[in-house]
Amino acid sequence: MTDEFDKLKAAMKSGPPPPDPGAKKATLALAMQAFEDQREENAALRQGSAAEARPTPESPRKAGLMQGVREMFLKLSTKAGLAATTGIVAAGLAAVVIIPQMNEGGAPEVVTVSEGPTDTSVEPKVREQDESASEQQVARQEVVAADETRADDGAAGGAAATEAVEALTESEAPMEADAMADVAAEPAPAPSVAPRTATVARKRSATAGAANDGTLGRIAGTFAPPRPDEGTVARTAPDTEAYPEAESNPVKVASEEPVSTFSIDVDTASYSVVRSSLNAGQMPPADAVRVEEMINYFPYDYAAPEADDPAPFKPTVVVSETPWNPDTQLVTVAIQGEMPVVEDRPPLNLVFLVDSSGSMSDANKLPLLKQSLRLMLPELRPEDQVAIVAYAGSSGLVLPPTPAGDRAKILAALDNIGAGGSTAGAAGLEQAYAVAEEMTEEGEVSRVLLATDGDFNVGLSSPDEMKDFIEKKRESGTFLSVLGFGRGNLNDALMQSLAQNGNGQAAYIDTLNEARKVLVDQLTGALFPIASDVKIQVEFNPAEVAEYRLIGYETRALKREDFNNDRVDAGEIGAGHSVTAIYEITPVGSPAVLNDPLRYGSADASVAPAQAEQDSPELAFLRMRWKEPGESESELLEFPITEGMGDATSETRFAAAIAGFGQLLKGSDYLGDWSYAEAIELTNGAKGEDEFGYRAEAVNLMRLADSLSR
Amino acid sequence: MRLTNGMRMSVSDHSLALAAAGGDREAFASLLARHYDRLFAFAFRLTGARAEAEDLTQDICLALPAKLARYEGRAAFTTWLYRVAVNAAHDRRRRAATHARAAEGWGDWEQARQAEMAETAEAVDWLTATLRALPPELRDTCALVLGEDMTQSQAGEVLGVSEGTIAWRMSEVKKRLRAVATEERAS
Repeated sequence: MTDEFDKLKAAMKSGPPPPDPGAKKATLALAMQAFEDQREENAALRQGSAAEARPTPESPRKAGLMQGVREMFLKLSTKAGLAATTGIVAAGLAAVVIIPQMNEGGAPEVVTVSEGPTDTSVEPKVREQDESASEQQVARQEVVAADETRADDGAAGGAAATEAVEALTESEAPMEADAMADVAAEPAPAPSVAPRTATVARKRSATAGAANDGTLGRIAGTFAPPRPDEGTVARTAPDTEAYPEAESNPVKVASEEPVSTFSIDVDTASYSVVRSSLNAGQMPPADAVRVEEMINYFPYDYAAPEADDPAPFKPTVVVSETPWNPDTQLVTVAIQGEMPVVEDRPPLNLVFLVDSSGSMSDANKLPLLKQSLRLMLPELRPEDQVAIVAYAGSSGLVLPPTPAGDRAKILAALDNIGAGGSTAGAAGLEQAYAVAEEMTEEGEVSRVLLATDGDFNVGLSSPDEMKDFIEKKRESGTFLSVLGFGRGNLNDALMQSLAQNGNGQAAYIDTLNEARKVLVDQLTGALFPIASDVKIQVEFNPAEVAEYRLIGYETRALKREDFNNDRVDAGEIGAGHSVTAIYEITPVGSPAVLNDPLRYGSADASVAPAQAEQDSPELAFLRMRWKEPGESESELLEFPITEGMGDATSETRFAAAIAGFGQLLKGSDYLGDWSYAEAIELTNGAKGEDEFGYRAEAVNLMRLADSLSR
Repeated sequence: MRLTNGMRMSVSDHSLALAAAGGDREAFASLLARHYDRLFAFAFRLTGARAEAEDLTQDICLALPAKLARYEGRAAFTTWLYRVAVNAAHDRRRRAATHARAAEGWGDWEQARQAEMAETAEAVDWLTATLRALPPELRDTCALVLGEDMTQSQAGEVLGVSEGTIAWRMSEVKKRLRAVATEERAS
């Protein structure tokens, strides 16, 4: 006997840990349910043809297939079945939903615990048959998978990066590691050089993962010394080719490139990521900071559109001092969406697509989601409808469309969702859309709200495939919003991309407060679009403006010609949403001009001194395009931006403070000596009403960042 | 025969299983209560990791009603139960493999992730690591012979192989452990 053998024997004998009472209880309860199902099944069999239904070992039919409910589901979970018969699935699905661990292998796979025959001599043969039956099933899955094996390079990188960061930080306090992983998974901003088509670039960059090698290196340096074997994980991060460079928008010379075009962005995820990172005691990596998402996280009190306004939103433009540079000015373009009277809005059809995979069981995931939905229910009107689809291994309708007034039923269904099993996002998504379409009546708004920790980890569909699907559904009028819970792992990129393609919002929910903000305070806005494909184009007047710089919106850049192309997708404004974009402009003749005028070419305008003949010369010309929800043709709104336009308010000052904060976090070159202390001072003077304390929270984060950055 | 609660305590597994196969709910509940801990322990020995053991035990328990319907009482109940358990473990591993294959469609990142997950799980302790180094059939054999104190002939009955095969497998286990140990010392 070798030492190792004795050691193995001792380890085997030393005994397993005592079974967990909770797990035991749950398993026993489920087993009793299975027993009941089986009993019914047997009763049914006795009435039918027993010979056919009871497989003998020689039967080609797969031995040990659990029958009844689960078999029915197996048949129904083909695409056609799902679309046609979700109602029926609902009736029989409780078992599948409650016992997600059973179906870890992927959506259509059913637990197949095979049983050897009592006659041992036959066993090998039968095992083989069992195997082949399962193999058929596997093969079927693989056909599906094979169609969709186009791996998304970007997402690949994001994953590798996230994992690497996790690995590297593992030896540190878990909180820190988690927070860093969150942040590293943020998509990198798009390259500042406009790529082939900006929309594609935007989508790509959203899908593309985050940290490039540089970031990884920096994080690795900041944190734990990498353990030798894990260092190799970090090095496996794909080369930078897969990642658009994460650079802030550069200063542009107005005479060379007078036109700036971008899509609005109502996502707020970046702010939550920054917050969780700072609260965990770490500076967020620069690439995780998207300034426009930080600015747009906050509610603003801009002037709302009047009844006779042509657009469902009202733009407000303010030209004001730049807090961090006395020689430049800020042009703030603020858009306030109208807030239709709640009673007037059409009924909402909401389908919650809930990820109930094992990874969702953390307290800040599924339980938080349940609490959030509880908060949200009272805000809905009785005629709104709610349905819940869970996905984990297989997907299932947990709650058929139910009037929002029937709170008891909805809450009971919520409580029945347990976390377990792996995630099959694609199948769940299909079912959720099928349910949403069923619910939609003429003039109604349907939205799928996907709640997940980003774990689409069953390879039945590629991220590309999933995006195409969502895009197609968007055309048919069902929108998608993504609610991220818990640690934003690699699929933060995927979530962003799904929401963008589904005309929705991506938001992170890390606390109950955040849930209230996203689901309750902004309920109508998030759920009820008033304008879609909103694009902004600003043409600067080189006679007045020497240089300009768009702060943020790197991932939302559009090509100049895309502005008039209605087929190019852009952001959506929900009821009551506000969106803010800020340009920093350098007037002609200002000492802050960074670029010398060209010696050759059309330099005359930019070299010319400021033309002060007019009282308020035009600095730029603003054009906005949007579509009424459901329309395919855009409308245009345009007006000039003149010097000294508008008055700075606490709203624009606050937006500027957050813009400064975001740039500080990104390590921007344009801020000079301006520091967190000044950002705090500016914010404190611009808190406005701050009914929910969001702005006060921002000040706290600035203080944290201030001390962490020293 | 209807069994009363008092009688159940002394009733054999065999009778309980037959009663449960006939649709007796209480008999099934008794069987489960009687064997859960043992199944879990065995599952732990097969997998070497708590979470996996819990999942595997659940697989087994949920499959039992369907299995029992075909329990004919020709083998001893425990032998039969071990067989169900071993086969469940086998199915689980195969599903995991399928899952891994399907995951390839998601590209490198998913693989990196899977590898990471596997590594984390592996690091649990020496037993887990050692078990994972063994091919499944050797693992099953070890769990039965070393963990459950079965004779080679009993283990052979559960696994459906001859006594000789079990003896060969055990010697193979020793050989591999030696190789692993040599490697460890070398590094």
